[in-house]
Amino acid sequence: MSYFEAINLGKTYKTPSGDAVIVDGFDLKMKKGEFVCVLGHSGCGKSTVLSMVAGLNDISDGNVLLDNREIEGAGPDRGVVFQSPCLLPWMTTWDNVMLGVEQVYYHATAEERHQIVEYYLAAVGLTEAADKRPAELSGGMRQRVGLARAFALSPKMLLLDEPFGMLDKLTKFELQQVLIDLWNRERLTAMMITHDVDEAIYLADRIVMMTNGPAARVGEIVTIDFERPRDRRDIMADPKYLEYREQLISFLEERVYLMDKAA
Amino acid sequence: METTATASSTNPVDQPSTKRRFSYNPNRVAHTLNKLGLGYFAPFARLIGKDEPAKQVREIVTNTVLPIVAFLIFVALWAITASAVKTDSVQIPSPHQSWYALTGTAIPGFAHPFPESIDGLTKPYFEENGGLDPKSINGFTHAESLAEESYIESQQERVDKFMTRSKEAAAEGDLEKAEKYKGNAEMFASKTYAGNKTFYDQIWISLLTVSIGFVIATLVAVPIGVLCGISPMFNIAMNPLIQLFKPVSPLAWFPIVFVITTWGIDAPPSDSIWQRALFTSAGVVMLCSLWPTLINTAVGVASVDKDHLNVAKVLKLGWFKRIWKIVLPASLPLIFTGLRLSIGVGWMVLIAADMMAQNQGLGKFVWDMYQNGDTMSTAQIIVAVFVIGAVGFALDRVMLVCQRLVTFEEQSI
Repeated sequence: MSYFEAINLGKTYKTPSGDAVIVDGFDLKMKKGEFVCVLGHSGCGKSTVLSMVAGLNDISDGNVLLDNREIEGAGPDRGVVFQSPCLLPWMTTWDNVMLGVEQVYYHATAEERHQIVEYYLAAVGLTEAADKRPAELSGGMRQRVGLARAFALSPKMLLLDEPFGMLDKLTKFELQQVLIDLWNRERLTAMMITHDVDEAIYLADRIVMMTNGPAARVGEIVTIDFERPRDRRDIMADPKYLEYREQLISFLEERVYLMDKAA
Repeated sequence: METTATASSTNPVDQPSTKRRFSYNPNRVAHTLNKLGLGYFAPFARLIGKDEPAKQVREIVTNTVLPIVAFLIFVALWAITASAVKTDSVQIPSPHQSWYALTGTAIPGFAHPFPESIDGLTKPYFEENGGLDPKSINGFTHAESLAEESYIESQQERVDKFMTRSKEAAAEGDLEKAEKYKGNAEMFASKTYAGNKTFYDQIWISLLTVSIGFVIATLVAVPIGVLCGISPMFNIAMNPLIQLFKPVSPLAWFPIVFVITTWGIDAPPSDSIWQRALFTSAGVVMLCSLWPTLINTAVGVASVDKDHLNVAKVLKLGWFKRIWKIVLPASLPLIFTGLRLSIGVGWMVLIAADMMAQNQGLGKFVWDMYQNGDTMSTAQIIVAVFVIGAVGFALDRVMLVCQRLVTFEEQSI
């Protein structure tokens, strides 16, 4: 029994020159507590899939089931981490996280909510920066707030839309660690969009590769068979690592090649 | 924050880290001045802190000397051309005449601007009034304060007189009379001086009037603007009304507002400052100044960053929370742009509204001086023009600071 299921998911935009099919027949099943990375070229429609699952974009075709229920619009049962952290600049770090916690834990006491915010800020290492506004934080710190905000909702599913795409390599490593540490504690079902092959191998249980648009769909799925918790250096030394990498890159390159030939 | 330790870092022994002594940080002072809309003074602050003195001096020279030169050229041209425009009773006042109309004294070393006003007949009035021409703004203010002093003095005499009578009556055993005299004394003690409004009173009344009009305009314009911004339907419905009433002159609104205030407000006692005319004037100000705020609020609300609205969607914020926590803070910079334009319009309209409504503000001052119709009065109008300009400038600066305080350096993160 799968916890999350996307059935024949499709997105079509009506344009004056006919329908533009962005995503067509995207099928994916996920178990509870599974971490899936969706990999593909930029503009292939992976973000469209994620925003449909998040409920921020209307679904043209197909269904999305989460915990045996069809999703309807956006909601705090799916915590989203955006590419730009989308923090509210007029609120402090604390208030940005608290905004969601108040929504989800409306029945909790003020003391309990306080503890939840405190816990997640500590988990992403931002206890010190609780009273700072986003403008005073670095890009990496802002995305930490974004992670804390999403996890603090205790969502059924975590949706990450290239969350580290705008960060430099070192910060990216740090934040991958923050993310995976938090995830190891809570084992949320997570779908993450990325175009970074190494990131996908390090984080994911399975990697879904999307074909190039238009009418993108699931091309190939690679299961990453490393023990958790993972150590970055250990898995990079593992011969399987290079195999996975080879497999992913050849898929991506082949598609580019085919596309070039078609054009 | 590291810059605080600049001057003292050479000798750390002097300054134990546990105890932070006050140190003048020109950088921070300059930054604060900029934030407060007083960026003009920033080079002075830096100069005091010896932060690149040569550069600051150059900046001060450009920022100060140039405007002063331009102003002096303006005054010179004014002085040369003023006397050319002359009717039977009035001429355009010269700078010196305007200065005299404000201060009541001529500038030493120059010919007296109003030689006819210092003849033998008027001399005693000048001397009584501390040497100030009682027809000038400051002279009149001074005369009023003297009159108030003598009024208070004579009132106190009456109070004292009745109190002694009351005590005498009490000593004689006539308690009824004692009580009556005491009542008289209290009556006189409670009276306040109801003199003429001076120019400075009128500035305050104008500011009060414009504030009332501006506050009501804001309370009306912001909610309607928010509704226009979030509901395209409401916006379409309101648009014709907004476009129709926006360009209407305050002079056309006046009679309508006049009827409303006469109908809605009971005539207050004559010594109250809450006269009907004040509300009429404020009403006209409100009707003319609400449009920039309304339009800017609507635009601000309609153009809230989609990322921020997505946050509201994901968290499923309720309608009220979405407006209060996301939409309003995000559109505050534009709302304040509107408010700044509104207060400018309001202040400009106020003078005309005061004239029509006979509200005791600067507009009435100008109107009364115009009715006097001599050169001295016209010179006072010129003073009023400068004051109106200066107050308008100050109001604009205040709003600019407010605008900066609500605008975040990176509005979209």
